[in-house]
Amino acid sequence: MRAYVPAYEFQAPPDLSAALDRMAAEPNEWKPFAGGTDLMVLLEAGKLAHTKYLNIYHLRELRGMSVNPANVTFGAATTYAQIRRDSLLAAEFTLLCNAAAETGSIATQNRGTLGGNIANASPAADSPPALIVYDAELELVSSRGSRWIAYRDFHTGYKQSLLRPDELIRSIRLPRNGGPAWRQHYRKVGTRRAQAISKVCFAGAALVQNGKIEDVRIALGSIAPTVLRATATEQILQGAQLSPGLSRAAQQALAREIAPIDDMRSTARYRSLVAQNLLAEFLEKLSA
Amino acid sequence: MPEPARPKSVEKIRVSCSVNGAPASFETYPIARLLDVLREELKLTGTKEGCGEGECGACAIEMNGDLVNSCLVPALQAQGANIRTIEGIANKGLLNGVQQSFLEHGGAQCGICTPGMILAAVNLLRKYPRPTELQVREGLAGNLCRCTGYTKIFESVLEACRSQGEVPKR
Amino acid sequence: MKESIIGKSILRPEGRGKVTGTARYIDDLDFPGILHGATVRSPVARGRIKAIHFGEGIPWDQFTVVTAKDIPGKNYVALMINDQPCLADQFVNHAEEAVVLLAHPDKYLLEEARRAVRIRIEPLPAILTIEDSLAKKEIVWGEDNTFKSFAVNKGDVDSAWAEAAFIVEGEYETGAQEQLYIEPQGIIARANPSEGVTIWGSLQCPYYIHKALTPIFGLPKDRVRIIQAETGGGFGGKEEYPSMISAHAALLAWKSGKPVKIIYDRAEDMVATTKRHPSRTRHRTAVSRDGKLLAMDIDFTLDGGAYETVSPVVLSRGTIHAAGPYECPNVRIRSRAVATNVPPHGAFRGFGAPQSVFALERHMDRVAEAAGLPPDEFRRRNFVHEGQTLAVSQVVREKVDMARLMERAFEASGYHEKRARFQSENQHSAVKKGIGFAAFMHGAGFTGSGEEYLASEALLEATPEGIVRVLAGSTEMGQGANTVFTQVAAEALGLDCDRIEVLQPDTAYVPNSGPTVASRTTMIVGGLVESAARNILNTLLESGLLKSSYDSKDFAEACREYIAKFGPLKSFVKYHQPADVHWDDTTYQGDAYGAYGWAVYLAEVSVDTRTAEVRVDNFTAVQEVGTIVNPMLAAGQVEGGVAQGIGFAIYENVVWKDGRMINGQMTNYIMPTSMDVPPIRVIFEEVPYGTGPHGAKGIGELPLDGTAPAVANAIAHATGADIRRVPVTPETLIETLEMLELAHA
Repeated sequence: MRAYVPAYEFQAPPDLSAALDRMAAEPNEWKPFAGGTDLMVLLEAGKLAHTKYLNIYHLRELRGMSVNPANVTFGAATTYAQIRRDSLLAAEFTLLCNAAAETGSIATQNRGTLGGNIANASPAADSPPALIVYDAELELVSSRGSRWIAYRDFHTGYKQSLLRPDELIRSIRLPRNGGPAWRQHYRKVGTRRAQAISKVCFAGAALVQNGKIEDVRIALGSIAPTVLRATATEQILQGAQLSPGLSRAAQQALAREIAPIDDMRSTARYRSLVAQNLLAEFLEKLSA
Repeated sequence: MPEPARPKSVEKIRVSCSVNGAPASFETYPIARLLDVLREELKLTGTKEGCGEGECGACAIEMNGDLVNSCLVPALQAQGANIRTIEGIANKGLLNGVQQSFLEHGGAQCGICTPGMILAAVNLLRKYPRPTELQVREGLAGNLCRCTGYTKIFESVLEACRSQGEVPKR
Repeated sequence: MKESIIGKSILRPEGRGKVTGTARYIDDLDFPGILHGATVRSPVARGRIKAIHFGEGIPWDQFTVVTAKDIPGKNYVALMINDQPCLADQFVNHAEEAVVLLAHPDKYLLEEARRAVRIRIEPLPAILTIEDSLAKKEIVWGEDNTFKSFAVNKGDVDSAWAEAAFIVEGEYETGAQEQLYIEPQGIIARANPSEGVTIWGSLQCPYYIHKALTPIFGLPKDRVRIIQAETGGGFGGKEEYPSMISAHAALLAWKSGKPVKIIYDRAEDMVATTKRHPSRTRHRTAVSRDGKLLAMDIDFTLDGGAYETVSPVVLSRGTIHAAGPYECPNVRIRSRAVATNVPPHGAFRGFGAPQSVFALERHMDRVAEAAGLPPDEFRRRNFVHEGQTLAVSQVVREKVDMARLMERAFEASGYHEKRARFQSENQHSAVKKGIGFAAFMHGAGFTGSGEEYLASEALLEATPEGIVRVLAGSTEMGQGANTVFTQVAAEALGLDCDRIEVLQPDTAYVPNSGPTVASRTTMIVGGLVESAARNILNTLLESGLLKSSYDSKDFAEACREYIAKFGPLKSFVKYHQPADVHWDDTTYQGDAYGAYGWAVYLAEVSVDTRTAEVRVDNFTAVQEVGTIVNPMLAAGQVEGGVAQGIGFAIYENVVWKDGRMINGQMTNYIMPTSMDVPPIRVIFEEVPYGTGPHGAKGIGELPLDGTAPAVANAIAHATGADIRRVPVTPETLIETLEMLELAHA
């Protein structure tokens, strides 16, 4: 335990507007703290530099789920365990449920929130590729009001995002684009079969008719400073007939658009080879 | 006489919650780990620290019915919570079926992972009273054991179900 | 006739405390006025200490600060030699070397203070690899960087090459491995000049600590007392390192006048304490036309880290096991342990044998292939038998039947059928399956004259209530030592197990039974316990106070009468080497070990060629370790050892940078979870042998020797990859699969 715990201010605002008012009054002074599964690890490692936090975990405004024919919207403080238990998400947004099941352990899933994970912005997070594939949108709120942005625009660089110092993520919205009609595939390659940090994470969805890819979404994690939507690869595949030649061309495009690194967990070369192989595996499944 | 220089310190907070069915109240720093509060303020040393990073599960407890790693829970968020630790598993000295089964089937060797493992097993059996071996493996995947190779832990949990009259599928 | 307790899975006497969380480990103990202690360590691998700076913003006058100059006696932690300082004084020789100790009642402030201490070090060139150490790019230890070397010669290796039909060479490597007991290290000390030093701790060897502290404090032996707390796993990692922490805690206690508790957090434990010695082995093997071993020329090197610790003994065991359970007329083994500027490596279950046996059993599969034989047939033609000699010219006196163990492993796992089926199914699958095995042995007890030198002792004493107490220095840490002693004593005394009490080791009361290591506790110390128990029974029978047929009430009555009449009823027994064990330390030949465990382990793996991930799907462990005293505990040792071996084979990778481990977190140093461990089938062949109680031999370390090579051979079978190094990481395997054109879907 490497932190000087007494230095950390941690307060519980009574409701969302009180939290937002505080953040507006003292910009950059107070940061939000949700389930703590990232921040407490940093604290214990002596790496939590910021020392003033507002508890948002208990705020009712950040929980709950609403459903209409166009969208599913749920609060940013929804936990991974809640996502896994939801039958509508399991039916229409399987990749997100797959990602939730791969995140940490049951104990971390009971505490970790999707909003917290997004805000923490680790390139190795398990859910972002699924959120990209599903064209997720985020509602960002401040005391001045709220705005919706496309999740694919949210991360602007390594640990950088569009979130302003006085803003919180309030909701995540998933358009119901005929999910079950799409062929979906999620695979995380980690260091072991459970409780593993991802080395490469693949999420893909495609609408296939008579061997032709009518529409496709591909996103990967752990191969760039942020989650990556593989647009160049999608362009190769869009409207194309499935074939071994198409798979090779797509793999080459993918190799060019990812930017994996060497780190203590894995190597750039491994990540690149595996990313290509996971794409090939996805395309094979589509051909079956 | 000036005070010797010292890093600044925030006010402690008072947290009231329920631990093992009894009211508990303590004063601590708001971001202090619930693990430390349980062990040091409440003297419930059954919950262990194995890694301090939420990876080994030795600190696992039940909070509001959910399995959580207490090394990752800040004290402030325990306000009003319903907490169960290993000390609350046996019933007035009568061992729970899982505890008894661990004893009889070699589920514990050095025992340091055992409290967290038992909490995870009890939590699993509440969700799946008749788990398959795969479900047991998945349910315990957040609890690391270095001594047993897990084999007798699986047997202990599956036998605990059998002895309650349930026969799990393999 | 009372039913035998030997071979029964009686429950552990200390089990209830573990399942209820009432067992008290070191961090669960608290004393009034206790201070917490912390260690400030060197950030660089080698250098000269220029200054220690205590930063601003900390009330230093509230702290106890200890450096080398505060040591009342000698500044070394005694083990085999006295080269390792307790606190670095002018030089540091490895990153994380302890320089400054701090104590304070407030844990949080202590941590803040630790960060505020800066040690300014002028770096010196450091040696970080075996190659650089052997090349003597710098001399960082002794005259030539060599802690110890051995030369074993049997027959005449050089005469064999000319006759050989096949000559096979190979180089093999193993990486460091962290013991990763789930309970980090911890010690509490009370120390002052008038009372002496008392230590409570998570530890394996109370008498090692006792020996280390007496010169540091200049105290007589009876003023140093070591008490073992409930210990949450050791595996060798708590064999020697607790002496260092004990010295640190005691120095802080000595200076402050208060009890001091030092508990390492996981990160500190991983980076600063000992690990398994990395190794490099080179084999050159001559084989005849009909597949018989003619010569084995083996070169074996261990990386010992910055100080000697137990490297000579690890090297010894690795050397003696390097040629395995084979009959070979000509063997040469040249080995050495060399110094590098990393934290000293130390004891870890297997202790040198996992390193040399990995190399050997990978090599034997390759030799078989070169000789045109299946791996099992090659082994069959070369297994050693009773009456033949091992590499150190030890005549095998056991009725070893390696071929039978191999057959049982094959039968149980369906080896032949799977080997053929996998080969054919693999052609149409991106996931390749393989099956492989390793054949090996593990000597129990200390090498050669080691047990005679240890001269272990045990004491049994009967109470007037007829309870017999076992006093031994052996430490229970989950392996079941207390239970085995209970069973052995109860059997010898003709009593029920609940009449036996094993005392928690406390050097004020228990004699020195030697360290709890080397797979010796059941065999050697159990043997002492058995003798002492028999002595007590005989004393009662001979006194006439006990008839030849008795129950525990009669026994209790006899004890009461005896003690009232004659005084204490006890038996103190000391180990004596059997007369027929002869070992020559200079030629390194003779009876290296009194008894061996023999085994064949078999692994089935799947390799996903898209990701190079390896899964162990099934594991069969067949071993002959003499009589099994407690089947459940014995199986537990095998299952746990196999899991650690699987970690050694494919998951556990220490990542080094500038002589420091940089992945010192459980997130980044990967041990198997419940999802990663296969079903493990454990089969015991029981052939009672030797002087252990009821013919029991040693078991604890054996599983670490054969697991990794079995997995490696299975990966080679699955993919054709010529595995030469463990851990087999996906990052290295994928390159091989690429080359073999397997890595694309």
